[in-house]
Amino acid sequence: MDEILDGTTQIDCDILIIGGGTAGPMAALKAKRKNPKANVILLDKANVKRSGAISMGMDGLNNSVIPGYATPEQYTKEITIANDGIVDQKAVYRYAEECYGIIQELDEFGIRFQKDQNGEYDVKKVHHIGTYVLPMPNGDTVKKALYRQLRKARINIINRYMATRLLTGEGRIAGAICVNTRTAEFLVVRAKAVVMSLGAAGRLGLPASGYLYGTYENASNSGEGYSMAYHAGAGLANLECFQINPLIKDYNGPACAYVAGPLGGYTSNAQGERFIECDYWSGQMMQEFYDELQGGKGPVYLKLNHLAEETVAEIERVLHIVERPTRGHFHRGRNTDYRKDMIEMHISEIGFCSGHSASGVFVDERARTTIDGLYAAGDMANVPHNYMLGAFTNGAFAGLDAVDFIKDVDFADFDMGDVDAERTRVLAPTKRDDGIPPNQIEYKTRRFVNDYLQPPKVTAKMELAQRRFEEVRHDMETEMYVRDSHELMRSLEASAIMDCADMAAAASLYRTESRWGLYHNRVEYERDDENWFCHTILTKGDDGKPAHAKKAVDDYIVEIDEDEKDAYNNQRVTSTVAAE
Amino acid sequence: MPLAQTSTIVPVVIDDALCIADKGCTVCVDVCPLDVLRIVEGPDGSPVTAHMKYDECWYCMPCEADCPTGAVTVNLPFLLK
Ligand SMILES: Cc1cc2nc3c(=O)[nH]c(=O)nc-3n(C[C@H](O)[C@H](O)[C@H](O)COP(=O)(O)OP(=O)(O)OC[C@H]3O[C@@H](n4cnc5c(N)ncnc54)[C@H](O)[C@@H]3O)c2cc1C
Repeated sequence: MDEILDGTTQIDCDILIIGGGTAGPMAALKAKRKNPKANVILLDKANVKRSGAISMGMDGLNNSVIPGYATPEQYTKEITIANDGIVDQKAVYRYAEECYGIIQELDEFGIRFQKDQNGEYDVKKVHHIGTYVLPMPNGDTVKKALYRQLRKARINIINRYMATRLLTGEGRIAGAICVNTRTAEFLVVRAKAVVMSLGAAGRLGLPASGYLYGTYENASNSGEGYSMAYHAGAGLANLECFQINPLIKDYNGPACAYVAGPLGGYTSNAQGERFIECDYWSGQMMQEFYDELQGGKGPVYLKLNHLAEETVAEIERVLHIVERPTRGHFHRGRNTDYRKDMIEMHISEIGFCSGHSASGVFVDERARTTIDGLYAAGDMANVPHNYMLGAFTNGAFAGLDAVDFIKDVDFADFDMGDVDAERTRVLAPTKRDDGIPPNQIEYKTRRFVNDYLQPPKVTAKMELAQRRFEEVRHDMETEMYVRDSHELMRSLEASAIMDCADMAAAASLYRTESRWGLYHNRVEYERDDENWFCHTILTKGDDGKPAHAKKAVDDYIVEIDEDEKDAYNNQRVTSTVAAE
Repeated sequence: MPLAQTSTIVPVVIDDALCIADKGCTVCVDVCPLDVLRIVEGPDGSPVTAHMKYDECWYCMPCEADCPTGAVTVNLPFLLK
């Protein structure tokens, strides 16, 4: 295993789904059920059985819209406000309308959701305005249940192939180029439609621990989705709206105020005081977190030590078996006991992710990108605050629409020269006798991301970032060296990370205002609705560098009253209440 | 310009006494999202035991959870533990 073999195979399918984490499997299932004759391939860099953000399960649906608790109108309004107004509501509204059906399907797959004594879904309030969080008592089974469905539906699964570039021709999608992560052999997949569900760009900033893989996101999501969409000419929206999360310091995993909040836990300052009214993640909330630290009231903590023993035990049970179960190991190693100690939190490094913020490949309410036949869903598609249920639901939209799309088309012709050029690019680090290993290229890129792009954003620093990135890119293109096919995978990731770093700097410089709280806090600029109440769309320019355009926000279908617009900007607790 | 042989302590530890890689098991290698585990081979190329070949761990646990004999332990990488 891991030696570098020479070879290229070509296969055909109707619909290629890249990324078998959360959105991908649902896209595959929906497509196959709608057209059982369609040849659907689900391809993943890892093993679909245990891949993606949900590899060990999830503790709940963060954004469910359940009749009796919330309406699609309320949800659309909440997300519009939480995302500072820059929302095409059609996509959010369609999600809100149809996600309940997806919950019922997941229920049929054997994934249990918390119910009250009357057998009704037991939804919790965590957001600023509405009630949307639905706990999953057996959330550790979610990936297994999904995988069973894939086997039952006879979806064609290809594991351990990493997609590196999309193929286009005749003005639409034609397929993708993939590389085997254990042999370096190439697989060219011709497809009539392609769904991208490669997750977040989770290895963009460098975790404070310095450990490259110590990220919030599943570290196999290194931004290839963003990079591939960019090189294929698709539009990417609002990339300057970074993902920045409030995490357990060093562990860099979620503190899970969503789990603890409904049971009485909360985010506090060093005095044990609550300083934000609402623990739902938003740029505005992160700005409050940042201000608390700057004001000398930090560190910030997750506070549970005032809760009753049974409550703490229940929180512990959930947090230590689902989602990020090594959390228990971490606290044990540090001698942190929720009963006695508050849990130190910090502000994470940056990433791109629409699951939690709004930086993603531009899509409409059918998950269509700006390239015909190319879809995107989940964390990498720009439906804001998507989370897990958004990945499932928008994945479903993509799969369903792709089945319609392929009815009228055959394979698009593409230029074989593109495949040859990609082979040359990919294999370059294998042709050298020595040089710089991918981990050092990656480390340096990501350290510069931290040094220069971590908000608050400063123009001169971001321009320096661009110069440093150019230098590291040059080193990468001329000196990167790998010894086996595993390192080759890492070198391809390093190059996607570099593309994302370039896009993060360019997009942040383009929007000359502040918006989304800390996510795009540009110290030299105020919020400017007159000029910047719009999406920014980044594409690959003719010079091979990022190009930018403004795109109007679609007319709202759910109006936001003047006095509601700033709800997320006003979440600081006014008179701090001492902990009980 | 030779590459250095810098040592590193790895987070995933295999109990060789429990590991059944010699019987053909590759579960931990198969499920790892980062693909960092491999099987050590004896001089004749036969499988001996699993080990962590690449220090690139998300400390996520499928390897430990899915191991049929409980041979795998996921520790936290030293830099963040
Ligand atoms: C730690 C954590 C906790 C969370 N908690 C919650 C929660 O409690 N509730 C909630 O609603 N949401 C939660 N979320 C968010 C939710 O899990 C995600 O929004 C959702 O799972 C994203 O789905 P996805 O399909 O976009 O990405 P993923 O499920 O991550 O799938 C991406 C897939 O793409 C594959 N891939 C990547 N690159 C390539 C490539 N080049 N070629 C081929 N395949 C590739 C990966 O291997 C992976 O399988 C959490 C996320 C994390 C990380």
